[in-house]
Amino acid sequence: MEEHHIRLKQDSLQKETTTLNLGPTHPATHGVFQNVLEMDGERIVGATSTIGYIHRAFEKLSERRPYYQITPITDRLNYCSSPINNIGWHLTMEKLLGLKVPRRVDYMRVIIMELARISDHLICNSVVGVDSGAYTGFLYVMQYRELIYEIYEEICGSRLTTNIGRIGGFERNFNDKVFSKLDRFQKEYPGVQQEFENLFTHNRIFMDRTIGVGAISAERALNYSFTGPNLRAAGVDYDVRVAEPYCAYGELDFQIPVGKTGDCYDRFLVRNEEIWQSLSMIRQAREKMEKEPPEVFHADAPAYYLAPKEDVYTKMEALIYHFKIVMGEIDAPAGEVYHCVEGANGELGYYLISDGGRTPYRLHFRRPCFIYYQAYPELIHGALLSDAVICMSSLNLIAGEMDA
Amino acid sequence: MTNYFLDMGRPVQFNTKVKVGNMPEGYSGEGFFATSLNKVIGLARKNSIWPLPFATSCCGIEFMALMGSHYDLARFGSERVGFSPRQCDLLMVIGTIAKKMGPVLREVYLQMAEPRWVISVGACASSGGIFDTYSVLQGVDQIIPVDVYVPGCPPRPEAILDGFMKIQDLVEKESLRRRGSERYKELLAGYGIG
Amino acid sequence: MLSMGLNNAYIQQRLTDKFPDQVTGFEEPFGLLGFSAPAVMNLKIIQFLYEDEGLKFRFLTDLTAVHYPGKQDAELAVVYLLHNLVDNIRIRFKVYTGIGKPDIFTATKIFAAANWMERETYDFFGINFVGHPNLVRILNVDEMDYFPMRKQYPLEDQGRTDKDDEMFGRS
Repeated sequence: MEEHHIRLKQDSLQKETTTLNLGPTHPATHGVFQNVLEMDGERIVGATSTIGYIHRAFEKLSERRPYYQITPITDRLNYCSSPINNIGWHLTMEKLLGLKVPRRVDYMRVIIMELARISDHLICNSVVGVDSGAYTGFLYVMQYRELIYEIYEEICGSRLTTNIGRIGGFERNFNDKVFSKLDRFQKEYPGVQQEFENLFTHNRIFMDRTIGVGAISAERALNYSFTGPNLRAAGVDYDVRVAEPYCAYGELDFQIPVGKTGDCYDRFLVRNEEIWQSLSMIRQAREKMEKEPPEVFHADAPAYYLAPKEDVYTKMEALIYHFKIVMGEIDAPAGEVYHCVEGANGELGYYLISDGGRTPYRLHFRRPCFIYYQAYPELIHGALLSDAVICMSSLNLIAGEMDA
Repeated sequence: MTNYFLDMGRPVQFNTKVKVGNMPEGYSGEGFFATSLNKVIGLARKNSIWPLPFATSCCGIEFMALMGSHYDLARFGSERVGFSPRQCDLLMVIGTIAKKMGPVLREVYLQMAEPRWVISVGACASSGGIFDTYSVLQGVDQIIPVDVYVPGCPPRPEAILDGFMKIQDLVEKESLRRRGSERYKELLAGYGIG
Repeated sequence: MLSMGLNNAYIQQRLTDKFPDQVTGFEEPFGLLGFSAPAVMNLKIIQFLYEDEGLKFRFLTDLTAVHYPGKQDAELAVVYLLHNLVDNIRIRFKVYTGIGKPDIFTATKIFAAANWMERETYDFFGINFVGHPNLVRILNVDEMDYFPMRKQYPLEDQGRTDKDDEMFGRS
């Protein structure tokens, strides 16, 4: 490990800095990143970040896989809120193909994406609590993350890496169990979230640990291409759901919480408020969904959406399409498209170049974590070591999204 | 505060049928119990394993769910997860190990003191999983010896618990002389350790 | 008042007025204006798009590259995706460079976010960003001696001896 000692000022106690390795295996680094810190006593004067410890070559892998097989890859980007990644990819493909989905599918997608956003924000905030020493809040909210997992399981079968939905809609309609679990979630979770906030928001110790730590101004945040809750905590109200509405966000009535100083406390508050906004969005989407015909859950696109099994066994066209889709022999039209969705960490973008073949020519993921982690040395300059740990967890760094 | 937790749609059950663990075979009398040493040590070790969760990616979130109150790992004796290899018995490799991370994992394994066990959780740690690429280590058993593999992508917390219980079986039945035996030394030599 | 008129046609007009004959290939796939320019002009154009009060593209959404093995002397394309947050317009700007000597001026002085984005592009494609403060590999292992995203390199690790190719349909 190279040591870059920094010469200190004349009146410092020491002549040069100490090098400390906040290495890839550390209880407080959620995921694998390494920071080599240069410290003047307890204060940090420099930091070098190393990432890539979980580089799984997603972009090269997607050049090999047909369009459907890329959905499981997108799951593993921000694995705390994988439905958002899946639906974002399906929206990109629908933009390339020019496919319109029914209104009800839009509302269903909004419900699933907002559930995913709630589950990601609740992990981030409770883990900020764990890192500052308060483990109990984590246990309270993880119970309800289990309920969200049960809702995903009813629709797609898996809990975490969901591979949910298809190009054109969903694989299954929402059945009664999904609605009753959503009812239970909507009834019980506000009480739990209120309790969680009562534990932390006006807690003297938590406020002392997080106010003023890792602050960033709006101009620097924009120059570092921050997006998502971190940018909104710094004071800029940019949200992809409002700027370029997709699915049914244009019809829903919600607000974007914005902070002032961009420090850890502001990010905590912004994420909490976003959870409340998401709960309200789920309620509105459900109300609007009641007015749509209840048996609609996908677009009519036989070339891209797998036909039901009864048709595959009885009709010729369905059998041929089924074969082509499963074997990955469907060609997408040639074109170049960039589509972005509001992921839990910010603007998650898909830059897809298709040459008319069965696999993408080039697929690049615009990953928000990767881009805003560059600012980390600037955020912790002059802070204490424990502040560096809190700052890292409040940025919500997900290693899968960072390294791809 | 307790009301809505009781309101979960299912009656609260208080467990009156507590299952008592099996006593090892031995000869007991007034005030003493004689059995072989490895049975007692096995029983003590298996119910107080301190794991080191080497969590890298998506399976790590299922591990966090495992540590939550729904699928509690603490009731198996692993209340305290440690991050210092010097203090831990079980290295849980949870998630994809890339080639860049391989040397780090090996260092952590070498720093653990005997007896140590390794459980590889998830398809990526067991065999590279869906990532058959140039940058991913195709299975953690290329660099360290593994005792139990838990497949899944990600495995359900119940599957990880099943793997953990198999580790408990191994811990209970292991001979006290195993770590110094020739066969174990050959196993380690095959990995270039010791 | 200018924001009412900021649309793709206006941007195209301003660019062709300022850099006549050098900005080419205007197209609008899916509503996103895209154009390209010679590689040496990249900083001038980005600076113009940043500073001009009528254009104000002050947010770098992404920076990546594409490898086109067929194009002679223009195999590697660097793509800049810029965004004007105030008027909510995006733009895509490509520069092409040959694979023999892929030198592009760095954008880190204008956008701090370009630092790691250019490191990732160097790591995957081997593009040399002239003037970058720390152009080393970021995601792959430091000892890697090739640029894996180029089309001629395979996805899998070629050193494996344990895969049974017949079972996987490879010969």
